[in-house]
Amino acid sequence: MEFSRIVDLIREKIPQAIIEVNEKAIDPFVKIRPDHLNAVARLLKGEEEIGMDMLLSISGVDYPESITVVYHIFSIKNNHSLVLKVDLPRDNPKVDTVENVWKAANWHERETYDLFGVVFEGHPDLRRILLPDDWEGHPLRKDYKYPPTYHGLTL
Amino acid sequence: MKGRDWKEYDELNVNMGPQHPSTHGVLRLLLKTDGEIVKEAIPHIGYLHRSIEKIAEKISYTQFIPYTDRLDYLAAMNNNLAYTLTVEKLMGIEVPERAQYIRVIMAELNRIASHLVAIGTFGLDLGVVTPFFYAFREREYILDLFEMCCGARLTYNYMRIGGVANDLPPGFMDRLKDFLDYFVPRVEEYNQLMSFNKIFIERTAGIGVLPADVAKNYGVTGPNLRGSGVKWDLRKNLPYCIYPRFEFNIPVGTGMVGKVGDSWDRYWVRVQEMLESVKIIRQAMEQIPGGDIRAKLPRLIKPPVGEVFFRAENPRGELGFYIISDGSPSPYRLKIRAPSFCNLSVFEEISRDWMIADLVAILGSLDIVLGEIDR
Repeated sequence: MEFSRIVDLIREKIPQAIIEVNEKAIDPFVKIRPDHLNAVARLLKGEEEIGMDMLLSISGVDYPESITVVYHIFSIKNNHSLVLKVDLPRDNPKVDTVENVWKAANWHERETYDLFGVVFEGHPDLRRILLPDDWEGHPLRKDYKYPPTYHGLTL
Repeated sequence: MKGRDWKEYDELNVNMGPQHPSTHGVLRLLLKTDGEIVKEAIPHIGYLHRSIEKIAEKISYTQFIPYTDRLDYLAAMNNNLAYTLTVEKLMGIEVPERAQYIRVIMAELNRIASHLVAIGTFGLDLGVVTPFFYAFREREYILDLFEMCCGARLTYNYMRIGGVANDLPPGFMDRLKDFLDYFVPRVEEYNQLMSFNKIFIERTAGIGVLPADVAKNYGVTGPNLRGSGVKWDLRKNLPYCIYPRFEFNIPVGTGMVGKVGDSWDRYWVRVQEMLESVKIIRQAMEQIPGGDIRAKLPRLIKPPVGEVFFRAENPRGELGFYIISDGSPSPYRLKIRAPSFCNLSVFEEISRDWMIADLVAILGSLDIVLGEIDR
């Protein structure tokens, strides 16, 4: 299905959700309000015509003005894809989980939490995944300072 | 012990790994066991974390290619290919015909080599030792071919943005043909030794069934998804490179000896995929033209401002790269969507209530590489 048709369907069902639509990008994306993320995700998976059955990846991006979480979703059934983005404040990034829509989100959200400090509300088991549990800070943030030592070992 | 009923004993927590021969790397599984039955198996990952995504933000686009070798180190050519294709998609680069064919030959050879390791170690996990040596013997031929091209046997660093590093060396095509002629009858040997061996079937058929909807829900891709009966292969369904020019089939799991999506199906898909790869290489050998092997590009690669997501069909599933460029010589953000990462996340779901020995079969059939899970 065409990208514009998917956008129209989201607009029709959840009118306030969309902030920005970029059709000119190599992979066209939709920027949505964080508080509507879960509803949009449910719509994209549940709506027969769209049928996004697969969440490919969740990536955090640290911009100077915001932490952006990017969702790459895909439909095997209909062979089309979509990129969703949400902008979160840098000092307190919080967004609803989509783990209840796609199970794949479980580990991807844990990774984004681990490396960017984004809190996914409603996630069943939000803890660090790649780094040790007692690690301080979120390394993929642009202002991250490397710790000089870890448990007495010089890094 | 006197006077205590066996039911009074609590569940026992067992750490399987991080140093364990059948976890295929440094993976720790926390098992909650009730006797031999596994009530819960929680994977703990991150032991191999090298912060490759953070490193990418400090180095140039070309310098990152050797780092991709170290993701899925059993399929370095495929990683190279997926990464270079992503940058090329971002910059809109046309790759010369000859380079396209060389890339496909390398990617498919590496797919065979990777599946050979997968099959061999899967057998080893279950106690079939001989096929492991056979598989590594065949893989050795492929590694020799790679060594001819780029001098390396594991981390190739062979692809370049816009093409490949070197042209095929003299005598390569003859040796490749010899290998393919030698290899195809060997698959029959594996089938006799392993695939249709009664003990092997008993250990794998009906074990760790992964239904198609669960697989999609967890983002499982590659042979594991196809083992569940989903006919989905990026080379066919969302073609890249020159794959539409070749004729090949997509093997899927049919539940031939057990249920659709069991460990045997995942194994069997890999065996058949090796033969499909041979078909592709044979066609590519016939069609390959002469000409340039690299597009003309500036030394320092500076993609335009923008972002791109691209995925390619690796031996273990769909490897995706998400690159954000701010116009500078190094990426603003580079995210790696590793197939094994998603494939392992489903493990907790499908390993419940199996025996510990079956767990080894299920994990082996998922064929994970920790290098790309931890990055």
